[in-house]
Amino acid sequence: MSGGGGKVVLVTGVSRDLGRRCARAIAEDPSVRRVIGVDVVPPRGDVGGVSFVRADIRNPVIAKIIAKEDVDTVVHMSVIATPGTAGGRSTMKELNVIGTMQLLAACQKAPSVRDLVVKSTTTVYGASNRDPAMFTEGMEPRRAPRAGYAKDVAEIEGYVRGFARRRTDVRVTMLRCANVIGPHVVSPITSYFRLPVVPTVLGYDARMQFLHEDDLQAVLQHAVSTDVAGTFNVAGDGVLMLSQAVRRLQRPAVPLPGFAVGSLGSALRSARVADFSPEQQSFLTYGRGVDTTAMHEVLGFRPRYTTAEAFADFASGLPPTGGRAERALAGVAERLPSTPAYAAPSALPGAPGAVGGDDSTVLSLAAARTPARSARAHRGQGGGRRG
Amino acid sequence: MGDAEIIPIGTRGKPGRGTGKAPSSAARGLAAGGRSAEPTDPPTDPPVDPPADEAIPPAAPGEPGAPEAPVEVDVEVEVEETAVVAAGTSSVAARERHPLAGIPVSAWLSAFQQAAVEVFGEHWEPRLAQFLAFLRRRVTGDYVVDEYGFDAEITQSFFMAALRPIAQQWFRIELRGVDNIPTDGGALVVSNHSGTIPVDGLMTMVSIHDATGRHLRPLGADLVFRMPVVSSLARKSGATLACSEDAERMLRDGELVGVWPEGFKGIGKPYSQRYKLQRFGRGGFVSAALRTGVPIVPLAVVGAEEIYPLVGNIPALARLLGVPYIPITPLFPLLGPLGLVPLPSKWLLEFGEPIRTDEYDDGAADDPMLVFDVTDQVRETIQQTLYSLLVQRESVFR
Repeated sequence: MSGGGGKVVLVTGVSRDLGRRCARAIAEDPSVRRVIGVDVVPPRGDVGGVSFVRADIRNPVIAKIIAKEDVDTVVHMSVIATPGTAGGRSTMKELNVIGTMQLLAACQKAPSVRDLVVKSTTTVYGASNRDPAMFTEGMEPRRAPRAGYAKDVAEIEGYVRGFARRRTDVRVTMLRCANVIGPHVVSPITSYFRLPVVPTVLGYDARMQFLHEDDLQAVLQHAVSTDVAGTFNVAGDGVLMLSQAVRRLQRPAVPLPGFAVGSLGSALRSARVADFSPEQQSFLTYGRGVDTTAMHEVLGFRPRYTTAEAFADFASGLPPTGGRAERALAGVAERLPSTPAYAAPSALPGAPGAVGGDDSTVLSLAAARTPARSARAHRGQGGGRRG
Repeated sequence: MGDAEIIPIGTRGKPGRGTGKAPSSAARGLAAGGRSAEPTDPPTDPPVDPPADEAIPPAAPGEPGAPEAPVEVDVEVEVEETAVVAAGTSSVAARERHPLAGIPVSAWLSAFQQAAVEVFGEHWEPRLAQFLAFLRRRVTGDYVVDEYGFDAEITQSFFMAALRPIAQQWFRIELRGVDNIPTDGGALVVSNHSGTIPVDGLMTMVSIHDATGRHLRPLGADLVFRMPVVSSLARKSGATLACSEDAERMLRDGELVGVWPEGFKGIGKPYSQRYKLQRFGRGGFVSAALRTGVPIVPLAVVGAEEIYPLVGNIPALARLLGVPYIPITPLFPLLGPLGLVPLPSKWLLEFGEPIRTDEYDDGAADDPMLVFDVTDQVRETIQQTLYSLLVQRESVFR
């Protein structure tokens, strides 16, 4: 971290937990000499080797910091998803869009900048009934987003593409990350799953992909150190259905018709329990899948957690509020007259291309375990199971 | 039963009818040791007992409307009486216990075992354990779906099981040319579409699965994925949106993909135009097959046209609901939900010779003339097969 060579990285949006942790992770990279964290409010936790500079990216002062510190890599993470944390939709939009414009303007003026890494999101693809199953990087949303976070991100990506055209000497890497999930993440999707009773949209089952928070750090670190340019979808392997995810959480789901989910969402938002933006509602209705072939083959990044594992790690911190049916079934299974452990019928040819659940193909009754919290004996008599 | 309160008719019903405790005179007359039952419950006997000894008097004096009663009463009374006598002779304990409390656990277990053998057969223990493990997997979400949301487990053990009797018993589907379906690798099954609601797609899925063991992955219109319930069922059973991206992706992954290029024009055509193929879209399915080099298997389905003969439409209501048409069939709005039962027509499914697409050069998919040619070839094959099947068919329902 000291010494001559090495990169000087500027990270925006370090006041939030994910940004702070990512900045720290980047600082640990041996090829990085210095990491400067920038935000309007100081980070609330330990920033480690990151030197924090209090500055607003909406202000031209950012250009001075870039010039003075001789920054060669800019990591832009300051894109916020919820108006609640910013204090209103207009502030959020200003932070996201105007902030990005200013930052990119400053980068364009700074000859020292060599690399730009932007953390974007798969929300840009939208979610609708006319979506292809898996979005590749070249695809556009079927309906252009009209408002909210999705529109902000679409505009930000537009500015980033414009910047890449104007500064062809700068390597621009845009990471479209799937919903980041993990025990420490506070985001619309995690607060949704933290609800004691999870409302779902009646008659629909969304496909979801998750990215573990550790993998987000790793991919940003990787993007800083590598020299691959381009736009990449970043997500854990495999797909979870919303119903499946809720079952793995062992929380009761309440299917509500779509309009009721919307009004419930606004009620929850005013109660500050969870935030249901329209794009999240359509995500929970239709779901979304992104193709990560380019991430594997071009970017050369391999997430440590699959979607299912990332979700299991998130779920391991949540107490179950339901799961009575499972406990009843487990009870029946235990009381069965001695049954030898056997392998479940592997006649089912696991769906081709399906990943992330190799433990579920061989599943003996006695060793049947709940995926979400296998480590925890959740019934006080976990030792009583026949092995 | 012993405590049931029987309200006696007329003057406490003494002559013929037993009260809850006291047997009727008829029963007493029938029973050999008729009096033996009596001592067990003397306290309840009312003091005016003596006349009860006499054999069935026709009616209590002064009771109107009784004369025709005795025969009926007699029958009832006998049934009650045997119960009372049995209770009286066996033991007093039987009368006081809770209905379920006294049955020993072993009896429950053996009953349970017998039931399990009945349901699951001789090897019921592993079967039941399997079933329980299946239920637990479902309840805890411990199963795998592929990237399209296809849930192979529930499709095999539930959807297919539900559709199979309809395919085999109701429509009596007869398959021809099953050998034309490749046993592995990608292939595109192209079929005609008919029947007002896409029952033919479901039947094709279950028939192909039973004949070859492969899952047909249907491509559905976006309407399918907009409708609640239908949308989630479609994804779970392996369908995905009919767009070139998904079709090519599935074909590249070596799936057996089903497509109905006529779309709503096909299933929503009036009965008078039955078995006349509509326009085959824009030939997108051919470009997908050309790009991925998979064979096209033409499929002709005969019989699906007759399940719901479409004779009318309510366009205004259809527009209001955002669906392509609201069908009127001879039975549908007329008989209400009963009209939704499809007519039991006899179905014939003939798979034609696969049309190879891997011989064309690379740019073939972008050559519109070639795409149209192949589309026409597929369409003509299906149309000719339909005509020949119709000639062979004896009648609609047989």
